[in-house]
Amino acid sequence: MQDTTKSATNKNLIPGATGDWEIIVGLEVHAQVASKSKLFSGSSTAFGAEPNSHVSLVDAAMPGMLPVINAECVAQAVRTGLGLKAGINLKSVFDRKNYFYPDLPQGYQISQYKQPIVGEGEVEIDADGETITVGIERLHLEQDAGKSIHDQHPEYSYVDLNRSGVALMEIVSKPDLRSAKQAQAYVTKLRTILRYLGTCDGDMDKGNLRADVNVSVRKPGEPFGTRCEIKNVNSIRFIGQAVDVEARRQIDILEDGGTISQETRLFDPGRGETRSMRSKEEAHDYRYFPDPDLLPLEFTQAYVDELAQHLPELPDEKRARFMKSYGLSPYDASVLVAERENADFFEAVAKGRDGKAAANWVINELFGRLNKEGRDIADSPVSAGQLGAIVDLIAGGTISGKIAKELFEIVWTEGGYPADIVELRGMKQVTDTGAIEKAIDEIIAANPDKAEQAKLKPNLLGWFVGQVMKSSGGKANPAAVNEILRKKLGI
Amino acid sequence: MTDLTALTLSEARDGLRKKEFTATELTEAHIGAIDNANGTLNAYVLPTPDHALAQAKASDARLAKGDARPLEGLPLGNKDLFCTNGIRTTACSKILDHFKPAYESTVGGNLWNAGAVMLGKLNNDEFAMGSSNETSAFGPVVSPWRRKGADTKLVPGGSSGGSSAAVAANLCLAATATDTGGSIRQPAALTGTVGIKPTYGRCSRWGIVAFASSLDQAGPIAKTVRDAAIMLTSMASYDAKDSTSVNVPVPDYETGLTSGVKGLRIGVPKEYRVAGMSAEIDALWQKGIAILKDAGATIHDISLPHTKYALPAYYIVAPAEASSNLARYDGVRYGLRVNGKDVIETYENTRAAGFGHEVRKRILVGTYVLSAGYYDAYYLKAQKVRTLIKQDFDEAWDKVDVVLTPTTPSPAFGFGEKTGDPIAMYLEDIFTVTVNMAGLPGISVPAGLSSEGTPLGLQLIGKPFDEATLFRTAQAIETAAGRFTAPDAWWLAGAAKKGKS
Repeated sequence: MQDTTKSATNKNLIPGATGDWEIIVGLEVHAQVASKSKLFSGSSTAFGAEPNSHVSLVDAAMPGMLPVINAECVAQAVRTGLGLKAGINLKSVFDRKNYFYPDLPQGYQISQYKQPIVGEGEVEIDADGETITVGIERLHLEQDAGKSIHDQHPEYSYVDLNRSGVALMEIVSKPDLRSAKQAQAYVTKLRTILRYLGTCDGDMDKGNLRADVNVSVRKPGEPFGTRCEIKNVNSIRFIGQAVDVEARRQIDILEDGGTISQETRLFDPGRGETRSMRSKEEAHDYRYFPDPDLLPLEFTQAYVDELAQHLPELPDEKRARFMKSYGLSPYDASVLVAERENADFFEAVAKGRDGKAAANWVINELFGRLNKEGRDIADSPVSAGQLGAIVDLIAGGTISGKIAKELFEIVWTEGGYPADIVELRGMKQVTDTGAIEKAIDEIIAANPDKAEQAKLKPNLLGWFVGQVMKSSGGKANPAAVNEILRKKLGI
Repeated sequence: MTDLTALTLSEARDGLRKKEFTATELTEAHIGAIDNANGTLNAYVLPTPDHALAQAKASDARLAKGDARPLEGLPLGNKDLFCTNGIRTTACSKILDHFKPAYESTVGGNLWNAGAVMLGKLNNDEFAMGSSNETSAFGPVVSPWRRKGADTKLVPGGSSGGSSAAVAANLCLAATATDTGGSIRQPAALTGTVGIKPTYGRCSRWGIVAFASSLDQAGPIAKTVRDAAIMLTSMASYDAKDSTSVNVPVPDYETGLTSGVKGLRIGVPKEYRVAGMSAEIDALWQKGIAILKDAGATIHDISLPHTKYALPAYYIVAPAEASSNLARYDGVRYGLRVNGKDVIETYENTRAAGFGHEVRKRILVGTYVLSAGYYDAYYLKAQKVRTLIKQDFDEAWDKVDVVLTPTTPSPAFGFGEKTGDPIAMYLEDIFTVTVNMAGLPGISVPAGLSSEGTPLGLQLIGKPFDEATLFRTAQAIETAAGRFTAPDAWWLAGAAKKGKS
């Protein structure tokens, strides 16, 4: 297959003994649909329950049991398709993917093979300093399998069917990614979109977002090489590592004159290597055919339109609006929209205030502090109202930026109303020009040589400001200090 | 008192309401008949007399209060493909072992909610795969019918051979059955009983062990057309638990049963005049035409050009679906398990020991036709044939209301006569499979006897959800041709004739 699509910029090429190589990555992301019950049964999807406590007769594939599609899962898939700017197929078909495994009670997985619910779409990502459009090939709905547990008994494996039948969306990208960083940026962005839409929790620790990573390498401009599929990589960090490790393995083989055989591999994060799981020859023949227990899934354009109308603002749109309405830099806007909760928090702080100041406080002070303590915005000790009040106190000239940081610390640890704290603890900024003038006069008097030099070297102003602030305990209004100093020093 | 087991379902219903006898008496009579006959006929794989008597007692209480439901106190047999809550269900396969479902099939539930009494689980071909009931893990069912002057054991048809034999031998008033390629109509034809496979989606498949999901339908086998109509009225329902169930109101099929066929257009398809069809089957067909003509219907020659492809296409679609449907019998969660050194060997041991020859053969065929590289040539092509068969009928419905054909190409055959020749066995379904492939309703009604003195059936095929017209047409044939009951209860010879008075 001749690839006429995008090529890597030079900085993404990786050097080998025989010249530069280009990495080609495509991803199949399995995202668990956020829904109360399973794709074809009424069982709960709640995480962490006792083994085999969320299993219906259908999930256990008892004789004569039949699947019935969960309408909410269909709506979630359509919403996701819309969020990926993808074509929605008004008719799709559920197929059976047949194979035997103890955690697959039916002996087949119900999936969508030839006619998926969602067709081609795209996702924009920022990586390696550029904006890249990654093509989405398709999205289809399928059942998850149960879980085999091998460490409970010396001779037997145990099976937990709680996950059996939970709805997954398999989102297949085109082979448009050219580096580990891009692959990571893609999954990160996809996760953000899914979380905005509320269609997947994106919690990789709970396994509700995992990726099969397809990697091949080629010399720039040449056709695609043979790819290997690395199964079930469950963190964004591991996705990056797996791409790099696998690309290097393939390059080494090719440069030694070998060939890549198409196969399924596993990434071992402990040893930092991928190893073969099964070759193409050992691949299952899944004997796909349309599931005769289910009619084709059909809905109207009006149904899709209705869902589209209630779609939330998505990260790209929100980012553009933040830049336009609040004058934020692209970087700040990106940071704020990465999580919907963060963006909402920022907007609550920024409402009726200076957007840039609000962004500065949210990103630098609040996020910095939350990260340090490993906490989420949801359990931030400082509310948007409190942070807004701090920003107001600075804007009104009641406190200086430096005092504001102390105030933030007090609010973080002790709570309380910022304005009251400032009042009670005497943190108010001194704007009494008389007092400031007095302090300035004393400092000039104590440093006559520096005052003389300042006329020639206006940079010394900073030193004087520092001295005044120090003598006032940080409470002097910096603007007033500057103004009076300039006058007195004749700058 | 007359033999209560000789009553039809409708006669028994009326007798109960007139308090001529009680549901308990009626049930006891049937339990006695089963005791006497089952050792010879093997129609029941699990009689449930205690269960039946408890239900009958409750029915008697309701009857006494004048609070009778449509099937109050009427004892029925239940094909072992229908899951029964707390009662062993095996599909007559070793692989299900002593499986006891914790649920009742929707169709079964409908019957018991209508007041019916379950006498037990009826024999069938293993997983409903067969046309003679010879593939059952519980052994074959013997038909109550014999050839004139002979004691050769004849098959009762299949796969619902337990149902047809039990109804024909008065071991129940009526029975549940299922039909994937002819498994209600063919056994009905071979035993002088009435069997209807309703429109696909008319009865819920929930709780019925699946054979081929896109073809399976439940229906009754009964002594008369009226009884079949009464049964289907209670069996049919829309069921949200079955995605292929269709939400169309269920009429009372007994109403209008005798309103005749005047002006009804009957189609006679030339393609059903197959090579090698015996003269007596052709004569039966002509008799059916004459009866309906006399009753005021008009007869029309029609063409269903893709008929000849139906049977080969059926033997691709049905095994393909079966190979997947039967994957769940893996020894992991329920039923038989034969342990091996690892999970693969456990699968192999379990399935080798659990499935009989015919089932294994069909799983292999189904697996083959779905395999990569063969799917397009077999499964996809078979589905295209299916569409063409549907189109044939759609065009026919512009010209006629009902299609009349024989049910089977030949009368009942002896044990082992066709087991060595799978093609001959599969040809048993040649007139019936098209109906499953097109999802249409079809009824078999007895219309005469063969030269050997065994029953023959005619098949009527109707438009989707037009079962009412089929019942009315079948009633016209039954009225003219009469009923065909097994001439003598030979199977009681040797058995104490208790319960007979």
